[in-house]
Amino acid sequence: MSPNARRLLSFLGILAVLIAMWEGYKWMGTATGGVWPGTGIGLPVRTNERSMPHTWDVVIALLRPARRGGEMLLLVLLRAALFTWRSALLGFVLGSAVGFGLGVLFVRSALAERGLMPHVVASQTVPILAIAPILVVWAGRLNVTRWLVVAVVSAYLAFFPVAINTLRGLRSPDATASELMRSYAATPNQVLWKLQVPAALPYLFPALKIAATASIIGAIVGELPASMPDGLGRAILNFAAAFSAAPEKLFASILVASLVGIGFVGVVVLAERVLIPPSRRLEDLSEAAGPQSRTLKEVVA
Amino acid sequence: MRSLRALTATLAVLVLVTGACAAEDDELTPINLQLQWVAQAQFAGYYAAVDQGFYADEGLDVTILEGAVEIVPQQVVATGGAEFGLAWVPKALVSNEEDAGLVNVGQVFQRSGTLMVSWADSGITSPSDWEGKIVGNWGFGNEYELTAAIEKFGVNVGELVAQSFDMEALLNREIDAAEAMIYNEYAQVLEATNPDTGELYQPSDLTVIDFNDPSIATAMLQDAIWVTEAYAEDNPDIVEAFLRASFRGWIHCRDNPDSCVDIVLAAGPTLGRSHQTWQMNEINGLIWPSPHGIGVMDAALWQQTVDVATSQGVIQGVPPAGSYRTDFAQNAVDALEDDGLDTVGNSWQRVTVELNPGGE
Repeated sequence: MSPNARRLLSFLGILAVLIAMWEGYKWMGTATGGVWPGTGIGLPVRTNERSMPHTWDVVIALLRPARRGGEMLLLVLLRAALFTWRSALLGFVLGSAVGFGLGVLFVRSALAERGLMPHVVASQTVPILAIAPILVVWAGRLNVTRWLVVAVVSAYLAFFPVAINTLRGLRSPDATASELMRSYAATPNQVLWKLQVPAALPYLFPALKIAATASIIGAIVGELPASMPDGLGRAILNFAAAFSAAPEKLFASILVASLVGIGFVGVVVLAERVLIPPSRRLEDLSEAAGPQSRTLKEVVA
Repeated sequence: MRSLRALTATLAVLVLVTGACAAEDDELTPINLQLQWVAQAQFAGYYAAVDQGFYADEGLDVTILEGAVEIVPQQVVATGGAEFGLAWVPKALVSNEEDAGLVNVGQVFQRSGTLMVSWADSGITSPSDWEGKIVGNWGFGNEYELTAAIEKFGVNVGELVAQSFDMEALLNREIDAAEAMIYNEYAQVLEATNPDTGELYQPSDLTVIDFNDPSIATAMLQDAIWVTEAYAEDNPDIVEAFLRASFRGWIHCRDNPDSCVDIVLAAGPTLGRSHQTWQMNEINGLIWPSPHGIGVMDAALWQQTVDVATSQGVIQGVPPAGSYRTDFAQNAVDALEDDGLDTVGNSWQRVTVELNPGGE
């Protein structure tokens, strides 16, 4: 069996387990009247149709018209997803560029790193829900098109992992390699582009995967204060408002939102396959942290 | 000689520029209107006025700014983000005590849309029946009609609990009475399926307490059009033009509710048709009839709103005279009457809207 087939199989297997857990919990709650079997302790989530629709009802809702005489919900949501993805894509590009730039700046200047890094970290502790309305108000004054504002909110979430991992990656080459470059009288720019950036690429891609999902979250959240009627943010808002009467539609829109995220990460993975030879790929961030922690140990030693 | 030529050239440029400016004056005046929430039939009149070109006919290019979580329209107006904004009267009065400097120029909704909804089998038909019951409310300034009614009837409610902005707590019978807007949450109950029958819940399954009921009379005025005092002073013609076109939009929605539902659905691709049809009908019920003409303040209802607001500690003092003006709305109504339009709507009648599951 090819690795791809195995990966697909394990994905489908886990999906089946998750669906079974959802339906099993629902079945148990219906059977016991909403308590843990053999106890009087209530279940944390109600198992009725209004709180937990059947998984197949969510799928059926996707294939039915979103409203009487209207288009199929799936089509409505896919169009909304495409609209949101446009902002997310721009946010992803902007955020990644800013993140990469910051990484380069930090590796070049210890002063910049010391001075700016706390602000960069702090920027991510401020809830995006608080930042988004401020950006929208500012942009309103400047008469900027609103979907660009959403892209900026999206970039705000996307730049951080890229900045951190770029910095790690740029620092990853062995000191001997840097010394060799310097002994050939390489300029700092040559060291950067011929040694550090190629070495950083394997670190960059795990960060870009995180940035891809973060940019989608940023775009959805940014659409709410920006009052964008056409994106996933509004779909989720409207379906959340109608949750009591049609919960399956909210779950359906969450499903589509997560599919967009998976699709976006898939694009990044494809780019990684093309650009990075298999031997140099890092499969996840823990590995990306690995060499860094070794370096840290070496530094301490 | 050369300087003379330069002077001529400068003059020519000046003439051109002034000409261009004059030409711009003939174009539409850009106006922003800030809503309290996203597109829905609650705002149909304004969407209709854009769609039907009523604003353009008045020389206005109106952009509707939808509301959302965290957007407070009266603050947007106070800070210059929009010329016109919609807000409930008590909420705007609170902002005015914080120096927002707003004036109500059009009281579009003549009634409150807030209800207290209970299950019919609970036997709750009057505020006195809340005795010992669990009563939900939304908080955030949406609860004062309820607390005033509780005081007025001297009821000892069992518990006053925070209720989220959906009807889950009532549907699950966690609370005995739930706050609901007649045009939104009340309909949501009727769009939910009764697990016992497999059919939608029916109005007969529910009882409602209406704060507009003369025996309760703790209703407070809701959606009104607000501008800053300075804007009203400096731009009386624009204010009047805006009101004329907006009222025309509402009259259009009274006489052609289906057309207005279509306009709203086009602005909100994920809204349900039957839910918005219900909402359009009930919103018309909050506006029509308007005894003094649409948008003209009923002084008695203003007084009732202020009385409830002060008794509940919403506002610290009686708002100054001039917090609302009827002159703009009155002029607009007179002009529309001259055009042969009915601005009172005595003949309007509520229709029966059949709700679909999930509001579809």
